[in-house]
Amino acid sequence: MSAPAAASVAAEQTSTRAIAVAAGGGKARRVKDRLTSPWATAAAIVIAVIWTIPTFGLLVSSFRTPEEIRTNGWWNIFVSPSFTLENYADVLTIQGASSANLGSYFVNSLVIAIPAALFPIILATMAAYAFAWIKFRGSAPLFVLIFALQIVPLQMALIPLLQIFSEVLGISGTFPAVWIAHTIFGLPLCIFLLHNFISEIPAEVIEAARVDGANHTQIFFRIIIPLSLPALASIGIFQFLWVWNDLLVALVFSGGTADVAPLTQRLAELVGNFGRNTERLPAAAFISLIVPLIVFFSLQRYFVRGLLAGSTKG
Amino acid sequence: MEFWSDLFEKFGVMFLGLAAFAAVVGIVLFLADRAPKRGRDFLQLAAFLSPALILLAVGLVYPAIRTTILAFFSRQTANGSEWVGLDNFVWMFTQPEITIVIINTLIWVALVPLLSTIFGLAYAVFIDKSHGEKVLKSLVFMPMAISFVGAGIIWRFMYEYREVGFSEQIGLLNQILVWLGQDPQPFLVNSPWNTFFLIVVMVWIQTGFAMVLLSAAIKGVPVEIIEAARLDGANAWQSFWNVTVPGIRGTLVVVVTTISIATLKVFDIVRAMTGGNFNTSVVANEMYTQAFNRGETGYGSALAVVLFVMVLPIVLYNVRVMRKQKEIR
Amino acid sequence: MSSTLRRRLIAPAAALGALSLVLAGCAAETDPGAGGDVDCSAYEAYGTFEGESVELYATIIDTEADALVESMADFEACTGITVEYNGTQEAETQINVRAAAGDAPDLMIIPQPGLLQRLIADGYVVPAPAAVEANVDEFWSESWKGYGTVDGTFYAAPLLASVKGYIWYSPADFEENGYEIPTTYQGLLDLTEQMTERNDGPYRPWCVGFGSGDATGWVGTDWVEDLVLRNSGPEAYDAWVAGELKFDSPEITEAFDLVGEVLLNDQFVNGGFGGVQSIVTTTFQDGGLSILDGTCSLHHQASFYEAQWGEGVTVAPDGDVWAFLTPPIAEGDPSAVTGGGEFVAAFNDNEATAALQAYLSSDTFANERVSRGGVISANKGLDPSLAGSELGRQSIEILQGEDTIFRFDASDLMPAAVGTSSFWTGMVDWVNGTPTAEVLRSIDATFPQ
Repeated sequence: MSAPAAASVAAEQTSTRAIAVAAGGGKARRVKDRLTSPWATAAAIVIAVIWTIPTFGLLVSSFRTPEEIRTNGWWNIFVSPSFTLENYADVLTIQGASSANLGSYFVNSLVIAIPAALFPIILATMAAYAFAWIKFRGSAPLFVLIFALQIVPLQMALIPLLQIFSEVLGISGTFPAVWIAHTIFGLPLCIFLLHNFISEIPAEVIEAARVDGANHTQIFFRIIIPLSLPALASIGIFQFLWVWNDLLVALVFSGGTADVAPLTQRLAELVGNFGRNTERLPAAAFISLIVPLIVFFSLQRYFVRGLLAGSTKG
Repeated sequence: MEFWSDLFEKFGVMFLGLAAFAAVVGIVLFLADRAPKRGRDFLQLAAFLSPALILLAVGLVYPAIRTTILAFFSRQTANGSEWVGLDNFVWMFTQPEITIVIINTLIWVALVPLLSTIFGLAYAVFIDKSHGEKVLKSLVFMPMAISFVGAGIIWRFMYEYREVGFSEQIGLLNQILVWLGQDPQPFLVNSPWNTFFLIVVMVWIQTGFAMVLLSAAIKGVPVEIIEAARLDGANAWQSFWNVTVPGIRGTLVVVVTTISIATLKVFDIVRAMTGGNFNTSVVANEMYTQAFNRGETGYGSALAVVLFVMVLPIVLYNVRVMRKQKEIR
Repeated sequence: MSSTLRRRLIAPAAALGALSLVLAGCAAETDPGAGGDVDCSAYEAYGTFEGESVELYATIIDTEADALVESMADFEACTGITVEYNGTQEAETQINVRAAAGDAPDLMIIPQPGLLQRLIADGYVVPAPAAVEANVDEFWSESWKGYGTVDGTFYAAPLLASVKGYIWYSPADFEENGYEIPTTYQGLLDLTEQMTERNDGPYRPWCVGFGSGDATGWVGTDWVEDLVLRNSGPEAYDAWVAGELKFDSPEITEAFDLVGEVLLNDQFVNGGFGGVQSIVTTTFQDGGLSILDGTCSLHHQASFYEAQWGEGVTVAPDGDVWAFLTPPIAEGDPSAVTGGGEFVAAFNDNEATAALQAYLSSDTFANERVSRGGVISANKGLDPSLAGSELGRQSIEILQGEDTIFRFDASDLMPAAVGTSSFWTGMVDWVNGTPTAEVLRSIDATFPQ
């Protein structure tokens, strides 16, 4: 069997499984009728409401005047409705000599987050493949070490890394510095999560390809990548969110200038000295929320398929 | 116009970066592919592993070792520092505040993974295959997409305290207490309960993570098995406990582990909400304060070492799980 | 981060804010080197440079940063130096990372002498060039120069300043109720007692807010410092800062007791917010705003609180709010004030760096910056009439006054373990009910030997 044939077998296997789930739909509905009770539905709704109320309060607050925010609770909007877009206008249009407007920071955030989400995912997939399917001495201890690296507080890595960036590579305060830093900090968790997924790919598929003479590079591109795409997408979303919401790494490695610094830094500044302009924050926070939500919605379907293989063997 | 040229320049840098990255990875793998038969296995292994290993060695292993060494030295200056042996650890365990910090961290790491996983799992089960599942999922996932600064502001509108008779309540929770005829509480001030109110914020954020992963796992449990259990007369709870949970055990371990480690490292929430005041500080926050606000690198590093130690049980447990999985395979 | 929020002195009047932003936007794009119609005579001494740039790092952001950048525009045009201004609220923390990693900026505006002295002691800051020292000798008092000096070597010149210990009030409120500005501290307490007649609903004479993130409590240290200086004099104050006079000494205990007359009395605080325990849950930003609602009459806060009142509130002797200095203990005591300020430290001795450093210590800069509103300086070459507000003018006169005893904010000068830590948390514990003696002993225990 050739490598492509192996891939198609693999694809078949997953699709069989997907079909099993899909075909189970009919049955599942019947099962569900018995599994879910009104109580469960009620509980789900309660959780959903509780989890949404805080954010909803923020959304309401973003449309209230500073005076109202300070003197009474946001729920009063239902008693005495009021509405202003001034906070959003403030946040979006304010410019200064020290820092450009929000748009420029928005671009910076994208330019930081896209590579900083892709790099670690790709390198982690390669490493995860090696740990899962290439037998070598010391594989297990090395994997445990990488897993354990998750705990190194990144605060402690800032100084040595910045030292290397500024004295050896001369790239501190540039986008590549921020990308590399995020890549390093994201790798341990990405390798850990992807290893869980990749090691669950049926051994027969990979064995079949090997028998056909495929080497590791071929197996990686023809089998591993296509089969793990959903997992890559879902872990990619998480990595993207972490990078998008990060402030600390950006502060140190972007040098804090409007040329490189991300949205989060601008948001922190918008609050102003003495937290003088707190009323701007709800609006600003909502603006920064838009991109993560778009990413989540557009890739959400991968969450369902994404970690499918990883769960059955347990 | 400047904005647009700026924009092109920045995206240019990005595409250049992406292209350079693709080229490097591509060349490395291509060379490994064409490697001579003799030693090919090793070369291919190196090609797959070394990029990640090199970055990790430079960016995390070296700093971890450096931090561990610094924990035994006095504060770093341009003029060097001195070996102080265990002094930094002695300092830590003789400061009553630091004892509180360590206890707080243990409370965090005990509660956050537990509660996030329970809520995430329950929610995933309850909404499984329901109408509007996507929307329901998004609602609980949303906090994941909010930065810690934003979360701090959001929860201020929940916890804010005003004394009765002086001002209207601004925080929803206190307003609810007032509606119920109770006295409002300064939630973030009264120790030790304030720690629990901070933990609520972390649980609020992490539940979305747990829910998304567990929901995917639940969908992977073959329906036939559940069906079979039902036919054998198991009730909903029994089939959940005996079929679904074992079926998703692997994902459960991953979720609990990941949230535990994230919890040990948490510092943004504490910093944004109480600044570590009122006995709410945790190790990661204290470490940041000592090392950066005060320049006490020795104390900060010693606290980091305590974090390393705290994560050991989690690592050991995962090693056991991994071994078992290997045996199954 | 927040340890600094407070020391930073103010923004321009809010009404002018939008305009200055627009102007600043233009200013930033001015091509340096294209001197054009700028009068460069004042800048000749700094020399001219070709394509040099200097990074100026600071905690100053927002409108204040814009004004700062504008005040350097002429300097840039005339010398050809490009100032790369880099402001972030995290600068005070990040400088520790950047300095240790060998990635220090050229210049940094440091809002805290304690941090400055630590960076000097650690060997990162280079001594000030002669031109800077000459400026400081000419334009600043001996005590200001002293804060930038370590072991007889002068490192950093002061930049801007603030006056602490103002008590804010509403002139209309005073007139309506026939209150007089007190001339002694006892008079202030008597006035407070008189005001308690109005205690009803949310009204209390004083409103206080200690809340400030991880810097919560600093507001209380300002109260204590004011009373130590007024009650025990500058010598005791200096000894206290140096750690020679303990917190549980009679002098400091007395100051706490004097402050406690107000802060620990449920009848005196906390208008609009609650009782004594509401002090720590009220943010310092909100702290004084109750005056506008008429739920309190007095609020103790530095001159920079001027920016906090919001749009449409006039700060003037006959306006919506105005302020008097915390009165002395006895009538006729010499006028003594506490205050804060910031310092410019250099991390290398490049010529362009030195040129900008010299400019920032000059009277030209002080006038340029202060005329753009919102801040004041203790520079003696500064023309008080340039100040953007009446309070600014008054504060500059106080700072320049020959007989004024000026002392820098004590907590800023103390070692970080006390000044930005146990002193703050001690204040929080104290208003939460911990006995004075116990609080003082626990602060003493953290003072590095």
